[in-house]
Amino acid sequence: MAKHRGRGVATINYPIGMNLGGDPSQALVHSNPTGKFTVTLSSIDLGQGMKSVTRQICAETLGVPVEDVFVDTADSDTGPHCMGSFASRGTHRVGNAVMMAAREARAVMMEAAAEELEVDPADLETDGRGAIHVKGAPHRSIAVRDVAIAAQFRQGRTIAGRGIFLVPLSDVDAETGEMTPATCYAHACFIVEVEVDDETGDVAVLKMTSAYELGRALNPKLVEQQLVGGSWMGMSHALYETPEPYYPDTREGPRDFNEYLMPGPGDICPHDVAVLERPASDGPFGAKGLGEMCANPVLPAVANAIFNAVGVRVNELPITPEKVLRALKARGGAVPARAR
Amino acid sequence: MKTPVQFRLNGEDVAAFAESGANLLDVLREVVGDLSVKGGCWQGSCGACTVLIDGAPRLSCLTLAESIAGRSIETAAGLRRGAELHPLQIAFMERFAAQCGYCTSGMLMAAKALLDRNPSPTREDVVEALGGNICRCTGYEPIIQAVLDAASGDRRRRA
Ligand code: FES
Ligand code: FES
Repeated sequence: MAKHRGRGVATINYPIGMNLGGDPSQALVHSNPTGKFTVTLSSIDLGQGMKSVTRQICAETLGVPVEDVFVDTADSDTGPHCMGSFASRGTHRVGNAVMMAAREARAVMMEAAAEELEVDPADLETDGRGAIHVKGAPHRSIAVRDVAIAAQFRQGRTIAGRGIFLVPLSDVDAETGEMTPATCYAHACFIVEVEVDDETGDVAVLKMTSAYELGRALNPKLVEQQLVGGSWMGMSHALYETPEPYYPDTREGPRDFNEYLMPGPGDICPHDVAVLERPASDGPFGAKGLGEMCANPVLPAVANAIFNAVGVRVNELPITPEKVLRALKARGGAVPARAR
Repeated sequence: MKTPVQFRLNGEDVAAFAESGANLLDVLREVVGDLSVKGGCWQGSCGACTVLIDGAPRLSCLTLAESIAGRSIETAAGLRRGAELHPLQIAFMERFAAQCGYCTSGMLMAAKALLDRNPSPTREDVVEALGGNICRCTGYEPIIQAVLDAASGDRRRRA
């Protein structure tokens, strides 16, 4: 009877969003006479940071300070249509729609500014701090607020833009069946170290080490937050959680948090995360997405680590102590990798 | 039948009529209107509803509202002083220790109870104090770090 250490690895090639064509999201951007901008969406921020990231994308595209942009979202009565927040699609799909809307609004804003300054719009640039000036002549400048006021009260213009992102349908090659199912992929490599107790069947996760390639990290702190939280969720799916322990028989399913197990603050382990940035050509400022991919590679890595530690393959989730013990019994005891 | 209950909530006197047998969580949210208290399970297994009763962390969903007469309740809504956030709130922000935020009030109150009685907790003390609080989103590490930050920030200020 002993505890055995093992290490498992998994890699992932993760397509962003729903694919095979379609998957639209829309965004509207308009200015208020105060020179502030509102982004209207119906996409939902579940805490992953959609509001922060779409706000950054809009501000950057317009060329105004991020404080001057508000995101009004999650109301499908008043916002333009969005497919939803899932499939790691928020930053990529909604971000692209916001960028398109902000570009259109920016073009109107520059025309309105040009009319006020009596120059050509192509000669103007934004300073990112709330003003627009003539390229090479920063003293010939006008505040975005004054442009917004002029547009509203004198020029009769709406500084506004519409955006949509739609994935083109991919043709299927009649001969080979080949097609392009996704527009961009994120990647990860995940290593998990476990300790398996061959007497109790308990699996403890000791350490996680990961590298994620997710395009440009538009908000590095939010990315880290997702990766740390998501990997814990993956560990929880691998070892603890299930709504249907005797699938397809639903009778013994958990009904509440006493029966539905989730690891607590005492069950976590150190996680060393590395983020690699390879901007995607079709992503907003190069961003792909990472939502679901945070959790996915943890599950096979844990299963592989258990195999490495004691020589058994448990291929049903979650890998509970009972399943580990049954597998060990069938194998005639633990056989660590170095003994095989 | 409704029973009158008087207690202190975040330093102010409060009087409310509670349905007899009602739990403190429902009375705080629905009668008093303090929506900073969250309910996740109403059965004592998630910690989202944690409040302080006379300084001790308690699950408001398992506390009979009538039993708090004359006692002092603290909730997340009472953490800040005017515009000034509590050190725990600042640390939670700086560590990105909330995502959906559903567990946050309970985490803050469990952490406050710890720091009030032990201003220099170890990591183990923090893990122990938050052990009854479930978080779906963060993986706990940012929350543990935030509580440790708030504690060491407090020590720095006193030094
Ligand atoms: S609501 Fe009280 S512990 Fe869950
Ligand atoms: S932040 Fe979502 S449950 Fe903790």
